[in-house]
Amino acid sequence: MDEMLLDVQELTHCFRLGRNRVLRAVDGVSFQMRKGEIFGLVGESGSGKSTTAKCVMNILRPTGGKIRYLGVNICDPKQFRAHRELLQTSRQMIFQDSTSSLNPRMTVAEIISEPMSIHHIRPPRGSLRAEAAFQLKCVGMDPGYLDKRPPELSGGQRQRVAIARALSMGPELLVADEPIASLDVSIQAQIINLFKHLQREHGFTFLFIAHDLAVVRYLCDRVGVMFQGKLVELAPAAELFARPLHPYTQALLSAIPIPDPRRERARVIQRFDPAGFSREGVWTEASPGHLVLRKEKDT
Amino acid sequence: MSELLEVKNLSVSFRTPQGEVEAVRDVSFSLHPGEVLAIVGESGCGKSVLCKSIMKLLPRSAWIKGGTILADGADITQYRQRDMERLRGRLFSMVFQDPLTALNPTMTIGAQIAEAVRVHQPRTEKAVVRRRVLELMDLVGISGGEDRCGRYPHDFSGGMRQRAVMAVALASSPKILFADEPTTALDVTVQAQILDLLREIQSRLGTATVLVTHDLGVVARAADRVAVMYAGKIVETGTAEDIFYDPRHPYTWGLLRSLPAWARDGEPLYTIPGMPPTLIHPPRGDAFACRNEYALAIDYQEAPPMFQISDSHFAATWLLDERAPKVRPPMGGEGRG
Repeated sequence: MDEMLLDVQELTHCFRLGRNRVLRAVDGVSFQMRKGEIFGLVGESGSGKSTTAKCVMNILRPTGGKIRYLGVNICDPKQFRAHRELLQTSRQMIFQDSTSSLNPRMTVAEIISEPMSIHHIRPPRGSLRAEAAFQLKCVGMDPGYLDKRPPELSGGQRQRVAIARALSMGPELLVADEPIASLDVSIQAQIINLFKHLQREHGFTFLFIAHDLAVVRYLCDRVGVMFQGKLVELAPAAELFARPLHPYTQALLSAIPIPDPRRERARVIQRFDPAGFSREGVWTEASPGHLVLRKEKDT
Repeated sequence: MSELLEVKNLSVSFRTPQGEVEAVRDVSFSLHPGEVLAIVGESGCGKSVLCKSIMKLLPRSAWIKGGTILADGADITQYRQRDMERLRGRLFSMVFQDPLTALNPTMTIGAQIAEAVRVHQPRTEKAVVRRRVLELMDLVGISGGEDRCGRYPHDFSGGMRQRAVMAVALASSPKILFADEPTTALDVTVQAQILDLLREIQSRLGTATVLVTHDLGVVARAADRVAVMYAGKIVETGTAEDIFYDPRHPYTWGLLRSLPAWARDGEPLYTIPGMPPTLIHPPRGDAFACRNEYALAIDYQEAPPMFQISDSHFAATWLLDERAPKVRPPMGGEGRG
């Protein structure tokens, strides 16, 4: 499974703040995603992980850099138009807040089948309603919910509907922006299991954005750590959690809460001082597949 | 030992078009001076309603059905808004989940803290108020108070905003602080700092804290005692050590097991089957029975009483009855200390 699905090169996105100020939300971020892998993007709020996801999904237009999806440069309007059908059906997104990402006036059946009617896809299971019922079953919900509207559902159920809507197109790439942050711990576990199960079943490539590191460690194959718009470390999940190299990653990992009172209270949290963070650095490969942003070439 | 707050058999209901919702059912607990009590449960289990009913911040559709609330020795169950206004701020105050909505975006941070000081100590000199504001900002760890009190909430980061909210809450040195999910809206790195601050304040001022949360990692860091709530009832209460190392209620087991921190590679995460019941017509017997893999026949008939395990540890499950079969708990015990 070494086939490249997504290739992000030197992605930069700036927001204009007023007349003369510019915020570099994403600054020279490069990473690749192979087909069928779960890639986690972590970092504190404001580190640019959502902006990266939005650039990948063509919601925002990057200021600089290239994004190639299946060989198509999606930042180029000409190429985008030429492959619009492919790009719009095979990439899907799940948002954090299911209250605002689902239309409260539509029924669950309408929500799930809307992408199919927009793209004039003939439902493989006869009718749009049958297709919606099938997708709903895939995410572990009873078809009895088809005629309900989002406000009648609980947070976990709404997030399942959002997942069903994304999966109804049979996506190649699924981007989820903090999909479980607004849910209870016990419901979070259900949704994580669901993601893992669906990924195995459908084999889609998954960009998972989160700030909960315990979840990322459990779910993801590879993890990228972002800080102030920079990607500071990139490694396979097990490797990153065993040997974090960048001081920010070390501080982030030391902040994971341990559900054990004695160990938790003994835990010392490393502080990372943003003043000591240099934006200029060199990507060095510490070990195969483990990249880190370093000040100089030496160790 | 004198209790700062004692709640006995409290029941709170809401009037809704569908019928009466029994949000809090027969809850009793006490709070000692200077301790941190964590109330844990899923959303909708009544933990926020419990806090708000003590503070009397509930909407008009809610009413206290029964029970008594003793605060600092006085029975405040029947207190009206005017009586409560004298207690709020002095006896207890509250920190809410989202610091951005709790602060006024058009006022400077300094002015908002000063307002809280002046409400409780009217006719104070300007210089005295200002000194107190800077003192409070220093207490909650906002450095450079002189410069920062002229700033607006949008200039502050999430963690700093939550510190400012805490300064407002602590303005008149309350004896009890209610913190309703104070760290949910914050990053992991900031979360631990705020929790440590909460503990530091509690040890410096002797404030007792009621910490409402659904995150057991938060509980492990900050709480002395824990009360686990399910469907409007407290199902288990004990010290943090009791709950984490020797949990007795199947619901507590479920909550602990579903944490991703305990997941083994390749195995799916444990989840509690089913959904919490609606509290419009709460089920007969134990509300947790239909989701409980250890449920006994009697769980569907009769709600279990509180069984005492030790001086501090209580749990409401029939598994603790002497006639019940012996069950090996899936969580807790040795191997994790």
